[in-house]
Amino acid sequence: MTNRFTGHALTCFRGERFVFEGLEFGVESGGALVLTGPNGSGKSSLIRIMATLLGAADGHLAWNGEPVAEDPEGHHARLHYIAYQDAIKPVMTVRENLGFWSQLKSPLDRVETALESVGIGRLADTPAQFLSSGQRRRLSLARLVASEAELWLLDEPTVGLDRDAIRLLEGLVAAHRADGGMTVLATHQPVDLGGDETRLDISAYTANRQIFDDAEATR
Amino acid sequence: MIRIFRHLVMRELRLALRQGTDVAMVISFFVITVTLFPLGVGPEPNILARIAAGVVWVTALLAVMLSLERMFQSDYEDGSVDLLLLTPAPLELVVLAKITAHWLLTGFPLIVTAPVLAALMNMPAAGYGILVATMALATPTLSLIGAVGAALTLGARRGGVLISLLVLPLYIPVLIFAVAAVDASITDLTTRPHLLILGAMLAAALPLAPWAAAAALRHSLR
Repeated sequence: MTNRFTGHALTCFRGERFVFEGLEFGVESGGALVLTGPNGSGKSSLIRIMATLLGAADGHLAWNGEPVAEDPEGHHARLHYIAYQDAIKPVMTVRENLGFWSQLKSPLDRVETALESVGIGRLADTPAQFLSSGQRRRLSLARLVASEAELWLLDEPTVGLDRDAIRLLEGLVAAHRADGGMTVLATHQPVDLGGDETRLDISAYTANRQIFDDAEATR
Repeated sequence: MIRIFRHLVMRELRLALRQGTDVAMVISFFVITVTLFPLGVGPEPNILARIAAGVVWVTALLAVMLSLERMFQSDYEDGSVDLLLLTPAPLELVVLAKITAHWLLTGFPLIVTAPVLAALMNMPAAGYGILVATMALATPTLSLIGAVGAALTLGARRGGVLISLLVLPLYIPVLIFAVAAVDASITDLTTRPHLLILGAMLAAALPLAPWAAAAALRHSLR
């Protein structure tokens, strides 16, 4: 079955200014959406809106046409969100850090396979405080794999990753899409998703902010 | 649902026991502060016995206060709060798990320590049972109300001071009825009404506080 995640007429209003207005997006099972745009154009805000961590000032999200706001917990269950903060507890081992979050989502134990798939299997019993920043990012990716979520929301996942790890990320996204999952990714760096991804330039929706700023200036 | 709740509580306990300092800090604060009173007021047994219940209870309130800031702060700093908000369970349940863990790590050790400190303050023997009873009945209320303050001040600078200003006034009724119950038992009066009121406060805070704290938490991440 093909699922469809869409956003309609989304408006984001932060700190007394419009970040974007009237934004439309859509992703289908097996699809990938890459968000581009300069700093401050609202990539992170849009991803947080998609995760319902941030409320849109206007517009709504829909899953197969049903408004997401009617079943927020169902929406939470099918998504996993990665941001620049990695939610890693330094006093817990890599395995415990991963196990906690994956078991919140599902009772099945996928910790070992997830750690192997991102290449940090040998670090499973190391306390997370001894990880390098790249290894911490890999642990975040392992959490993504273990979550078994259908919708991946990745905010700048390539920060701090070396070339090999970016290739690893590209492989994970490809496998996820082949399984029928969908991915939304905000990034500055070139990430190769196979060429069939949809690109959304958010700065196209920031036109009104300029008008708003001009009005502010002439006042 | 229950699995998620248990899982969250276990995580909090494990984290606290690994770090260890938070629990030890609260209990040491409780012990040291109560110990200051005989030194400050003077070792007059009658005076100490008269103020024992009040001193133990006021110090317990302050000790709980001290631990509140950490309730959501470290999860907020490392981004765990975002993921907690995205668990497939109601946020109220997540907050209730946090509160339960907080009570197990502060309220419960306070209950155990209180009789020892009451002995230090020369409290009459009749008061011990009821002191423990009021502690058992009211410390969960303290954790519940405190969670609302902790969630509201999340992300604010100098949040610790702000929590005290928000939460201490709300602790006043708990303090009044808990101390009144201990005094009543020492003077051979009935303690039942005081305990009933403490129970009522817990019954009211149990559904309302997680709901309010969850709303505050959602708001603070906007």
